[in-house]
Amino acid sequence: MLAVVGYYEAWWIQVLKGIVIFAIALQLVPVVLLAERKLLGRMQGRYGPNRVGPYGALQPLADILKLLTKEQFRPATSVGMIFAIAPIISILTAVAVFAIIPFGDTQDIFGTKVGLYGIDVSVGPLYVFAFGAIAFYGIMLGGWSSGSKYSFLGAMRGAAQLISYEVSQGLALVGVVFTAQTLSLTGIVHAQEGMWFIVPQFVGFLIFLVASFAETNRAPFDLTEADAELVGGYNTEYGGGRFASYYFAEYLNVLVVSGIVTTVFLGGWLLPFGIDPPGWVDPFVVLFKMSLITFLFIWVRATLPRLRYDQLMSFGWKVLLPLATLNALVTAVLVVATH
Amino acid sequence: MSEPHSHQNDSSAGAPAALVVERWSPGEDVIEVQRIPAPGVARDTWRAFRETARGLKTTFSRIIEGTSTIQYPEEKVPVYPRFRGRHKLHRFEDTGLEKCVGCSLCAAACPADCIRVVAAENTPENRVSAGERYAAVYEINLSRCIFCGYCEVACPFDAITMGHDYELSDYDRGDLIFTKEMLLAEPLERTPLRNEGE
Repeated sequence: MLAVVGYYEAWWIQVLKGIVIFAIALQLVPVVLLAERKLLGRMQGRYGPNRVGPYGALQPLADILKLLTKEQFRPATSVGMIFAIAPIISILTAVAVFAIIPFGDTQDIFGTKVGLYGIDVSVGPLYVFAFGAIAFYGIMLGGWSSGSKYSFLGAMRGAAQLISYEVSQGLALVGVVFTAQTLSLTGIVHAQEGMWFIVPQFVGFLIFLVASFAETNRAPFDLTEADAELVGGYNTEYGGGRFASYYFAEYLNVLVVSGIVTTVFLGGWLLPFGIDPPGWVDPFVVLFKMSLITFLFIWVRATLPRLRYDQLMSFGWKVLLPLATLNALVTAVLVVATH
Repeated sequence: MSEPHSHQNDSSAGAPAALVVERWSPGEDVIEVQRIPAPGVARDTWRAFRETARGLKTTFSRIIEGTSTIQYPEEKVPVYPRFRGRHKLHRFEDTGLEKCVGCSLCAAACPADCIRVVAAENTPENRVSAGERYAAVYEINLSRCIFCGYCEVACPFDAITMGHDYELSDYDRGDLIFTKEMLLAEPLERTPLRNEGE
């Protein structure tokens, strides 16, 4: 399953970089949380949180502390074991996908070659979708085991939505894989050295982006937690640390999707116009591009109203899926014709 | 929208002039309603893109426009001169005597029944007010007060007026019963006042 690499990584390097990547990645979640609230505020003509700490910088910390010190509550109708496991599944899958996002090229650190990613999987996109598919169990089981109508409805919607949009999301990446001739994410980035895939695969980029909004349950596709009609959707009955887990997983998913979009369409750590900075700049380039996509997520949330359920379904199946199929088909024909 | 009145003229053409009832006409100032364009995949797609972009532009321009909120505890909206806030009792500036003569008209006018006045006679040794009597006890229960200003209207000596303070929350209901001394004291200037014409 691992991609063939021309160097050897000691086990302690793998452990170390695992710790470093996740230490940094998990620090990004509160930043995104705060950025979202601040930006949403600005887009609505207000400040957003600005009371806790300088410029409200400690707000996420206060929120998380509050949630973690709350009582673990469970409705009497819930199915205990699954109710407790479901948020863990959600958070676990989000973290697992983070492992394959490449933050930079292979670097020489202390005389050994180190890849700036958790793991270079030879089936990159498949790995992403595999864990994306498992992530839906987190929502599904959480909603079902709550023993509440709202949670159940939210979970059902979530299941239908995730399955529908996963197909288009996958097909949108097929074009990229055809063009790059590899499934490894670092390989895909290297294939973009001439031109980022956002240019030849623009339709694929749009489809992937829209499907990603649905996959991460973000506005305008946040039907699973549609607070106006379903109270809180699948996490209605959750509170305290378990709710924090769901919340954390949601924002981590946004980051992961931003990372995938960056890697697959925006050239990963590559810079345009042939600028070739030293290796240590690579992670910052990736983070910058990720923050742009994350900003887009927040921007869209502030702008678009939630879709109706039938609109969501007909858009997914009647527009995105044919378009993604067509995109893959045209790319395949072009790739064959040019080679 | 070219000829809004045409069909009405047709319907009333044969009727006698006296019986013609002018039907309500939306007139010229009806806002033109944006209809969904005729179905067409290309136009629909273009419209969806354009409208989404327009929405995104709107939200982004809000960031540039800046915020329109007031950071309350630090910033306060200035009140108008006639704003009815916490009451004030007044003294004569020259003699320092209280204007209130303990007539209880304010208590009678009060719809919330929150004013309690107990009058006492002025004596040459103990002269408190300018009149014959004075208010020995003057209490306003601000947790019942509805800030209607009737007390101010009822007062024949302008002894009680509505001030500008509105930050009156407290931890104890008892603390909200303001006594005469509290009402007579100069209130802390903590409410900005809007200037005339501002």
